[in-house]
Amino acid sequence: MLKSNLRLKIGIFILAIFVLGGTILPFFTQEDPTAQGTYFKNLAMSQDHLLGTNSLGQDIFWYLVFSIRNSLLLGVSVSICTTIISSLVGLTAGYNGGWVDRGIMLITDSFITIPVLPILITLSTFVRGRSSFLSVWLILVAFGWAWNTRTVRAMALSVREREFINMARFSGTGMFGIISKEVFPYVYAYMVVGFINTILYAINTEAALAVIGLSNVTVPTMGSIIFWALNYNAMLTGQYPWIVAPVVATVLLFLGLFLTSTGYNELFAARRGHS
Amino acid sequence: MGLIKYIAGRVGVYLVVLFTGITIIFFLPRFMPGDPIEGYIGRMQYQAGQTLSAEDVESLRASLRELYGLTGSLPSQYLGFIKRVFISGDFGPSLAGYPRPVSEYIATALPWTLGLLTMTTILAWTTGNLIGLFAGFFHNKRIATVLEVIGVTLYPIPYYILALVLIILFAYIWPIFPLSTTIMPGALTMQKVGEIFRNSFLPGMALVLAGFGWNVLGMKAMAYSTKEEAFVNYARLKGTPPFTIMIHYVWRNAFLPQITALALHMGMIFNGAILTEMLFSYPGVGSLIRSAIGNGDYNMIYGTLSLSIVAVATTALAIDLLYPLFDPRIRYK
Repeated sequence: MLKSNLRLKIGIFILAIFVLGGTILPFFTQEDPTAQGTYFKNLAMSQDHLLGTNSLGQDIFWYLVFSIRNSLLLGVSVSICTTIISSLVGLTAGYNGGWVDRGIMLITDSFITIPVLPILITLSTFVRGRSSFLSVWLILVAFGWAWNTRTVRAMALSVREREFINMARFSGTGMFGIISKEVFPYVYAYMVVGFINTILYAINTEAALAVIGLSNVTVPTMGSIIFWALNYNAMLTGQYPWIVAPVVATVLLFLGLFLTSTGYNELFAARRGHS
Repeated sequence: MGLIKYIAGRVGVYLVVLFTGITIIFFLPRFMPGDPIEGYIGRMQYQAGQTLSAEDVESLRASLRELYGLTGSLPSQYLGFIKRVFISGDFGPSLAGYPRPVSEYIATALPWTLGLLTMTTILAWTTGNLIGLFAGFFHNKRIATVLEVIGVTLYPIPYYILALVLIILFAYIWPIFPLSTTIMPGALTMQKVGEIFRNSFLPGMALVLAGFGWNVLGMKAMAYSTKEEAFVNYARLKGTPPFTIMIHYVWRNAFLPQITALALHMGMIFNGAILTEMLFSYPGVGSLIRSAIGNGDYNMIYGTLSLSIVAVATTALAIDLLYPLFDPRIRYK
C-alpha cells in the first residue's frame, strides 16, 4: 500500500521542480522561445541546446520551459477563479436550502452534463484563427466551476447541521466569523483537493485542444509543443527529443498533480479518523 | 406513491438538463465573433475563382440563412431550433454533404464509435476491477503495491498522451500496427473482420489503458474498506477460505459502486473518443466532428454535440433509476 505521506511527498517534489523550473528558468534566457530561426535547425542534443533544436530553429529545451510556465499559469488562474465561483455558489445553495438550492443545483447539473471538449472545439471553429488564449481561459472557467460547486454544497449542507456551528452562533459569532473560523477549517481540505484537480482539468483540456491544433498554438503550452512536433513529423525525421520530451514532461506534471491531490485527500481523511 | 414521484422527479430533472444543455449549445456561437454564412460564402467564392455575381451571392446568402435556420428574430430562431431538435430530432442537412441530412452521417459513424467504446470500456472495466479486487484484498502483498503503482501512474495520463506513446512505440519504432485507420468498404468477410481488428487495436488500446487505472483505483479502495467490515471478519473467524471470502463477501459488495462507474464511463468516454478518433483517424463520430470543423459544417457540429449531451444525461438518468435494483440497501426516497 502506498502511504499517503509518501504520495504527497513524491507529488509535491515533482510539482516543486516544475513550478521552480517554470518560474525561475525563464529569467535565464534573453531569447524569445517562439521566435523562429534563432538557431540552426535540427541540431542534436548538446551542451548549448540541452534538447537540441527543432525544424523551426527553436531551442526545444527553452520552448518546453516556457510551455510548462504557461500551462501552469493557465491552470492555476483558472483554478483560482473556479474555486471562488464554486465556493460562493455552493455555499449559497447549501446554506439556504429549499428552492434556491434546487434551482442552483439544476443549473449546476446541466453544466456538468455539457461536454467541455466538444464545446471548446466548436467555439474554436467559430473564432477560427482568432482564438485567443483568453477565450480558452474563459470557457475553462465557465465549465469548470460545476463539479466543485457540488462538493462545496454537500459540505455546506452537512456543516450547517453540526452542533459546533450552533454553539458559535449562540455565543455571538457573526456570519463571517462562523464561515472563516468554524466552517473554513473544515472544508479547507476539500478545497485544496478540488483546487489541484481543477488545475489538472484546465491544463489537460487546453493541451488536448492544442494537440489537435485548436487552441492558440502560437503560445507555448504543453499541448502546442506536441502539436508542432506532430505537425513537422518529428517522429519520421527522427527528432525524438522534440516529441518525447513534452510527452514525458506532461506525464510527470500530471502525475505530480494527481499524487499531491490524492495524497492530500488521504492525509486529511486519516486526520479525521476515516483512514 | 413514493416510487412514481421519484421517477417523475428524476425524469423531470433529466429533461431540464437536456433542455439547458441544448440551449447553451444554441446560444454560445451567437455570442461569438464570426459569421458561419460569410465564412461559407468566402470559401465558395474562392473555389469559384471570384466569378460569382452579386445576385448569386445574395441568393446563396438567403438560401444559406434558410438552411441554417437563421431567418427571423433570435427568439423565433431559438423556438424553431428547439422544436426541430426535441420533436423530430432533426438537425437539418449537412452543409458540406448537402443534401444528405446530418442524422444520416451520424447513423453511419455511430456504430464505429459505439463498437470501439463498448469493447474498450468493458475490457478496461473487467480487467481493472479484477486487478483492483486482488490489490485491495491482498493489500499487504508486494504484488498489490506494484499493481496499485501501475494504476496510480496510468490514471492521470490523458488519452492523447497514451495514444501518442502507442503511436510512437507501435507505429514508428516497431511498425506492427498502421499509423492511421484505413478500413476499406465492402462485405463483412473474415479478412475484413481481421482488418478492422488490426486497425482498431491501437485506438482501442489507448482507451483501455486510460480507463484501466481508474477502475483499479476505485475497486481497490472499495475492496479494501469492505474487507475490514464486521461480516467479513465473521466469515474469516468462521474459517471460510480466503478465496471464497474474496468472491462471495468482498466482491459482491464492492462491485456495486463500480456499476455506477461503468455507466458513467460509458457516457463520459464520448469525449475521450473525439481525441482518440482524431489522432488515429478512426471513422467514428469524433472524425465526423473533425471534418465538420474543417468544412465549417455547423449543422453537423450541433448534431454531434447534442448527441454527446444526450449520452451523458441519459446514462446519469439510467444509473439513478436502475441502481436501487442492483443494491437493495438503497431505497427510493
